[in-house]
Amino acid sequence: MMDLIHQAIIRNGLLTGFIVVGALIGISYVLSARLTRGRLHGSAIAIFGGLLLAYVGGRFSGGKNGIADLPAFAGIGLLGGAMLRDFSIVATAYGASFDDLKKSGLPVVLSLFAGVTVSFICGVGVAFAFGYRDPVSLTTIGAGAVTYIVGPVTGAALGASSEVMALSIAAGLVKAILVMIVTPFIAKAIGLDNPHTAMIYGGTLGTNSGVSAGLAATDPKLVPYGVMAATFYTGLGCFLAPSVLFLATRWLFPG
Amino acid sequence: MIIYGVALLAFCALLGLVVGDTLGLLLGVKANVGGVGFSMILLLVLSDVLTKRGWFKPVSASGVIFWSGMYIPIVVAMAAQQNVVGALKGGPLAFLAGSIGVVFSFALVPVIARIGRGKREGGP
Repeated sequence: MMDLIHQAIIRNGLLTGFIVVGALIGISYVLSARLTRGRLHGSAIAIFGGLLLAYVGGRFSGGKNGIADLPAFAGIGLLGGAMLRDFSIVATAYGASFDDLKKSGLPVVLSLFAGVTVSFICGVGVAFAFGYRDPVSLTTIGAGAVTYIVGPVTGAALGASSEVMALSIAAGLVKAILVMIVTPFIAKAIGLDNPHTAMIYGGTLGTNSGVSAGLAATDPKLVPYGVMAATFYTGLGCFLAPSVLFLATRWLFPG
Repeated sequence: MIIYGVALLAFCALLGLVVGDTLGLLLGVKANVGGVGFSMILLLVLSDVLTKRGWFKPVSASGVIFWSGMYIPIVVAMAAQQNVVGALKGGPLAFLAGSIGVVFSFALVPVIARIGRGKREGGP
């Protein structure tokens, strides 16, 4: 009997995913109301719960896809995968104000360049402090601090070692996870309560999963604005890191 | 019919992603450049045009609104498949490299937001 249920759970993975996520969100909203009197958004707690599940799953399976690497929870991989994520993010744009999007054009471009450059410099600085001196490793770790996609793309282009690649991806993951967790707490301090600032926030922080989850936990109405800006960030990073930023790094640290 | 909304949404999402991939290819970047952003603009423009012509009825819109409402659950599922173990394994270097940039980026947000707003309102 148990085996029969287990088989059904695995065969209907997406349905299992709906139940698990639905239950997680339900519990999170109860916790939000009872323990924080609604001060901490239920979706913020749910996202943190998701990350906890990812940790547990990663520990048990030894894989890279968190809870989705356990067969019973593989459906969560489909539900939270790139296809449905992009699909539903695009849907959030329905009802967004086109005028608000147009108004913030130039500052968003500025925020994209500033965000990529600042994150890159911080990453290079930390790598330098930890003893790295060759421009390829410095650039790859700096690129990882931009996003966890920019890091390996840059490292592959420059021929970085696999150890440096792993560090660079880890740096990008730390960034994404931190943005998810910290955004709802810091939103008030940085004035993140209107479409304009949401676009600047998306352009500056840029890490897609971090920005989309961070805004969801802060105010779902702001999601399309932030994500719209953030969607250019990884591309810009992949463009700047192996070219201009690498040349600048090589000039500063000839190795 | 609900499927009209879902189909329009899928069409916009797919076309935007293709545009983003093409742009990445043209720029010689191994990434999608602005895909979701193009999809969003496309959805805004197309749904506006179709609604004005009376071809996109509220029932059709509910196909889009449903998926918009599924966004937070999908993000929670996305969080549940992050490589959290990998992030922690990176140790202090990865943690500092990832977090210091986040601190500075957060600090930049109000600064840049003010620049943009000052320009738009024009003068003191």
